[in-house]
Amino acid sequence: MVPVSYYVALSAILFTIGALGVLIRRNAIIIFMSIELMLNAGNLLFVTFARSFEQLSGQVFVFFVIAVAAAEVAVGLALIVAVFKSKQSIDIDEVSNLRG
Amino acid sequence: MFLTLLPEITLVVLAFVVLTTDLALDRQSRAFLPYLTAAGMLLAVIFTIVFALPGDKPQLIFGGMLRHDWLTFVFRLVFLFGALATVLFSAGWERVARRGEYYVLIITSTLGMMLMGASADLVMLFLAIETTSIPLYILAGFITEDDKSTESGFKYLLFGAMTTAIMLYGFSMLYGFSGSTNLYWIAGALMSGELPFISMMGTVILVMAGFAFKVSMVPFHFWAPDVYEGSPTPIAGFLSTASKAAGFAVIIRVLLTAFPLEAFGGVDWTMMMAIAAALTMSVGNLIALAQTNIKRLLAYSSVAHAGYILMGIAAASELGGLSVVFYIIVYLVTNLAAFGVVAVAERTLGSNDLEAYDGLSRRSPALALVLLISLLSLAGVPPMGGFIAKVLVFAAAVEANMVWLAVVGILNAIVGLYYYLIVLKRVYLFRSEEEDKPVPIPRPSAVALTVCLIAILVFGTIIAPWFDYSGIAAGALF
Repeated sequence: MVPVSYYVALSAILFTIGALGVLIRRNAIIIFMSIELMLNAGNLLFVTFARSFEQLSGQVFVFFVIAVAAAEVAVGLALIVAVFKSKQSIDIDEVSNLRG
Repeated sequence: MFLTLLPEITLVVLAFVVLTTDLALDRQSRAFLPYLTAAGMLLAVIFTIVFALPGDKPQLIFGGMLRHDWLTFVFRLVFLFGALATVLFSAGWERVARRGEYYVLIITSTLGMMLMGASADLVMLFLAIETTSIPLYILAGFITEDDKSTESGFKYLLFGAMTTAIMLYGFSMLYGFSGSTNLYWIAGALMSGELPFISMMGTVILVMAGFAFKVSMVPFHFWAPDVYEGSPTPIAGFLSTASKAAGFAVIIRVLLTAFPLEAFGGVDWTMMMAIAAALTMSVGNLIALAQTNIKRLLAYSSVAHAGYILMGIAAASELGGLSVVFYIIVYLVTNLAAFGVVAVAERTLGSNDLEAYDGLSRRSPALALVLLISLLSLAGVPPMGGFIAKVLVFAAAVEANMVWLAVVGILNAIVGLYYYLIVLKRVYLFRSEEEDKPVPIPRPSAVALTVCLIAILVFGTIIAPWFDYSGIAAGALF
């Protein structure tokens, strides 16, 4: 069996890639994908630990996270469409009416 | 168990009732929807007080998912009151007054907050936080014709989703350390002392990211001014009061139960929270000085108030818990009144710039009086409730040997007084050419403002009962 530490390392890498993506990329959709990557890094850890503890609760948590992430993306895409309608762009640097 | 959840069940039923009534009514009669929502929420308040009173011992219900204690009870009332006032302010705000789905989203979000205040398990906590946040993202961007509103919803969502992802990663590590998702089990596992300090502190920071976003703690405060400015004004009030209170309810419960101080030995999270508190109030107050838009000014002021409340959390004592609960209750009514005034004034003034408030006292003496009382209470002037609340958090900081923090707090309170008085100077002393045009107050807003006004004065003059109730609520944590 693959040791737990391998999975933990993989999830840390996924989380870092996701966090960097959120901070560096300027396209709203890509930022969303990066956030999904961060969520999935958490999910991977939950599943790993659930398997090593031989419990179900961690795996059930992942189901909830997936469902919630889907809802969040649905709302997010709707808002991106609304922004695109007014700006004709989803570059987040252009979304800057509110300043002060 | 059924009775203890009756307030939540009422809200779920209410959401469906409002949604179906909205379909059945024509455009004219939809003006009745806010009153239906308010009546349902009042029913939930009554159910909370009559049927869902917690006993002497805290009770874990729903298989350990929720904890039914006095803290849960007090925060339930806080959220319901915040939602009730928001609905009443919305009734007079034409762009949202007749939209059924708007009220359904407020109800859902309130339901999430009530679960946040009660959750004793990471699964429940995560779901409750998302049940609160997702409707709020939509509400912030609700007015799709207005570019500012969509932009604020979009920013709120991006920040919120990112901090949630960081928080979830922290949750997964907590689960890995303890093998359980229950907060009380996690505390036991951390107490065993086998975990290195660095991994425990790292987890605290990851988990706090999500909560810090909800309460707009520095450095997670950037969204607040933009989102408050763009979102519908009643919703800005809701975000700055009920949503923030929900964040604090979670912070005190999770930090005090899942991360017991004994598990750390020496350096623990109290120091981190003290520094965060000092930074949060200083940043909030200093940037607020430069604002020319009243909604942005109130946003930075609400960041500053998050800092004062964090002082009570940093104290991590019974007095600290008491001061947090007391501060949240007072802050709720005070800030709701301030945002309520902005929502009413915006209808006639057509702008949120400070210049538009010139001579408001001549156009509507009642509105100006509410603004005077609420801003003075935010500044911490006696005999308003804000004064007592500030005294209590400062006392908690001093008691916890953090005199420097109390000094920072007092200096900040002076800075705060300055910019609140600038607004009041415009309202009372400046003249404007439109002085003969009165600012009408819609009936539902007038009711909500009156209740808030009375509450501010009562909290500041008859202190003992509220002090005792806050003490009982905070006692549930220790």
